Amino acid sequence: MSGIVKTFPGVRALDGVSFDVRAGEVHALVGENGAGKSTLMKILAGAYIADAGTIEIDGKVAAIDGPRAAETLGVGMIYQEFNLVPDLSVVDNLLLGHEPLTRGFLDRRAAVAQAGSVLSELGIALPLTLPARKLTVAQQQLTEISKALLRKARLIVMDEPTAALTDREIDALFVLIAKLKAQNVAFVYISHRLEELPRISDRITVLRDGKTVETRPTADLPQDEMIRLMVGRALNAHFPELPPVAEDAPVVLLVNRLASTAGVPVTDVSFSVRAGEIVGLAGLVGAGRTDIVRAIAGADVPVAGSIDVAGRRVVVHGPHSAIEAGIALITEDRKAQGLVLGMNVRENTTLAHLDAFAKNGFVDRAKENETTAREIAELRIRTPSGEQIVRNLSGGTQQKVVLAKWLIGDAQVYLFDEPTRGIDVGAKAEIYALMVGLLARGAGIVMVSSELPEVLGMSHRILVVREGRIRAEFARADATPDKVIAVATGVAA
Amino acid sequence: MADEQKVTAELEAGAEAAHARANRTRLLRTGGAIVALAIVVVIVNIFSHGAFLTPGNLTNVLRQITYNAILAIGQTFVIITAGIDLSVGSLIELTGVVMASFANAMPFDGFPLVVSTLIVGLAVGCAAGFVNAVPVVKLNLPPFITTLAMMLMARGLAFKLAHGRPVALNSDAFNTMGTGFFLQGPLSAVGSPGIPIPVLWMAVLVAIFAVLLTRTRFGRYVFAIGGNEEAARLAGIAVGRVKTLVYVISGGCAAIAGMLLMARFHSGSPNTGIGSELQSIAAVVVGGTSLAGGRGSVVSTFFGALLIGMLNNVMNLLGIESYTQDIVLGAVILLAVITDELRKRYLQS
Repeated sequence: MSGIVKTFPGVRALDGVSFDVRAGEVHALVGENGAGKSTLMKILAGAYIADAGTIEIDGKVAAIDGPRAAETLGVGMIYQEFNLVPDLSVVDNLLLGHEPLTRGFLDRRAAVAQAGSVLSELGIALPLTLPARKLTVAQQQLTEISKALLRKARLIVMDEPTAALTDREIDALFVLIAKLKAQNVAFVYISHRLEELPRISDRITVLRDGKTVETRPTADLPQDEMIRLMVGRALNAHFPELPPVAEDAPVVLLVNRLASTAGVPVTDVSFSVRAGEIVGLAGLVGAGRTDIVRAIAGADVPVAGSIDVAGRRVVVHGPHSAIEAGIALITEDRKAQGLVLGMNVRENTTLAHLDAFAKNGFVDRAKENETTAREIAELRIRTPSGEQIVRNLSGGTQQKVVLAKWLIGDAQVYLFDEPTRGIDVGAKAEIYALMVGLLARGAGIVMVSSELPEVLGMSHRILVVREGRIRAEFARADATPDKVIAVATGVAA
Repeated sequence: MADEQKVTAELEAGAEAAHARANRTRLLRTGGAIVALAIVVVIVNIFSHGAFLTPGNLTNVLRQITYNAILAIGQTFVIITAGIDLSVGSLIELTGVVMASFANAMPFDGFPLVVSTLIVGLAVGCAAGFVNAVPVVKLNLPPFITTLAMMLMARGLAFKLAHGRPVALNSDAFNTMGTGFFLQGPLSAVGSPGIPIPVLWMAVLVAIFAVLLTRTRFGRYVFAIGGNEEAARLAGIAVGRVKTLVYVISGGCAAIAGMLLMARFHSGSPNTGIGSELQSIAAVVVGGTSLAGGRGSVVSTFFGALLIGMLNNVMNLLGIESYTQDIVLGAVILLAVITDELRKRYLQS
């Protein structure tokens, strides 16, 4: 792959990336969240089409215009979220789209024979007739690998293959990879677990901000240098000055031994936030940061632990009780969770506090208009009017509508989950300024962000989350990108 | 500075374009149904040699659509939340049979009988709506299934209670409600028989529920849930309670339609509602409400019911046999949703 460019609305995800894999090699691809690893591999697998650049396979230029083309060319992609049909049997999944037919009818016996021969060749044992949903994670992964091999894949891309495996399963996976390497199958290996790379990879490529930073044999790239290359840049200077937290500032949020099981299990999370303070939650995608703030806000009901807002115990049994207590969650996915896209700015702005706008159940339109107009002016929401349908607004503007929705409630605790994802630099600066404004009002803020500079630049304190637990705490002055990444990736405790 | 001016200018230009787009949307959305209706009226009147546009016939059309329009009001609420209610046809029958049996068993007559019977019918309809909603809300089951089950159960129960045949009303207290007229005197001057009482009911219900949907907090929540249930939940809205109420409203509308039908035919019959649930869904869809939820209007639904009613009426006037009528109706429904989809795509481009 050379000179690959891919742009999404507002973001240049890949900016001239070049990357090569040799036969029989395991080539690791590392980088921070958003560095472009997944995008690059999706282009290779035909899930995205590159805007520019070429892909060559065996020295010939290959036009990969869809998943089918990639498959024909011998590229097999194993996503972190597996693509198995849960209610079909293992053998049916293995041969999906390539079912052997006899006189136009499915030939079960031939299917079992075909699948069985490939599996026995690799020494993989899978319950062929069991529905895929009954398999363990490791078995599902083996099914995916076998599926790729059945389609004669010579290059297999694995995205975070060990994320959900036990140590023994990882050992077994590595043995299998070694065996396939000997048969000249090549691997692209994407992983956040840097410590396992020396065991498995031959070469490592570091991506940063959509560019290739370095490609080196694994032996020549020690871990600390790898981290430095991943982080790489100086902190951007355009974060506003954070006012210091007053010595006697009261604690507005006290979380004690919180646990939740709805998504990534959250265990034993305790921390506090004072008035005027921003606490940053750092960590990798899938570490459980979002799950922590969701549990505090009642989006997932916590199974254990306690939450106090301004010294008062809050029993959180749903979003409503958290909102009543003065907790506002600005969710990471504004389209799926933050906004009703088909409604207008006014209706979205007042949605969470409609009680305040209603008399005897009737909505006071004049009051709504007044508040909406005020928020549009204060937040500089770029919309022709409050009646504009939110779907038609830009990402940054939509995010401001989400903020307006929660700002009108005067909450004491604001939980920001990826507040600036996918929005342009200008809107980012405005949102930072707004957060500082909230601090002045005496609110406390918890901010989840996958952008390390943002966490480091916009927090008074930083908590590093890994596997649903808080693993380390840094004061702003002590936090460096290397230290945070080391804890987040499990290199340091 | 120059940059800022440019941005402001761009913003203003964008604002104007967006405004124009919003106006166009509104026009197309509300205007579409009415324009279609007007065209149909003109064509129809030509084809029926003027028999269509007479006060008598128009009154007839309105009376014929009453029951469907009332069912479709409740259906509109359900469909805006991205649900569906298949039980309303059977609930007409169940409430009709229960009300007729109740009225026959009561020792009193006149106005108190009408009121108490209506209350009993509403209680049955709303309770059935509540039962529809519980598995939807608590277990996240598809409403298609729970209301399908209710459709079967309610119809079976209606037949069982009625012993398989209509329950004739003993009292004459319901006659006015079923067959009476309002403003009979003044309207006779223009050759109209007056406004049938059931039509009055329909008008009042359309007005009440249109206000409920567009002016109240509850109505806002209905749209929010249909537009994005998760965002609504995270905004602290009691999603379960709102959804439950929506199915209760639908059951209540079915009970009122059941009451009017019972009054008109002087009996509660266990098979009057067959197919009504699909008719009501057709009215909602032809009115432009999306089955995907999040948008719709009671008034549009009324026009949808009116359009279907006029088609039926004119085909009768033209002596078209009922099989052909079904084919035409089906085609019209398909055409309505296809235009709706094309309109949406046009607006998004």
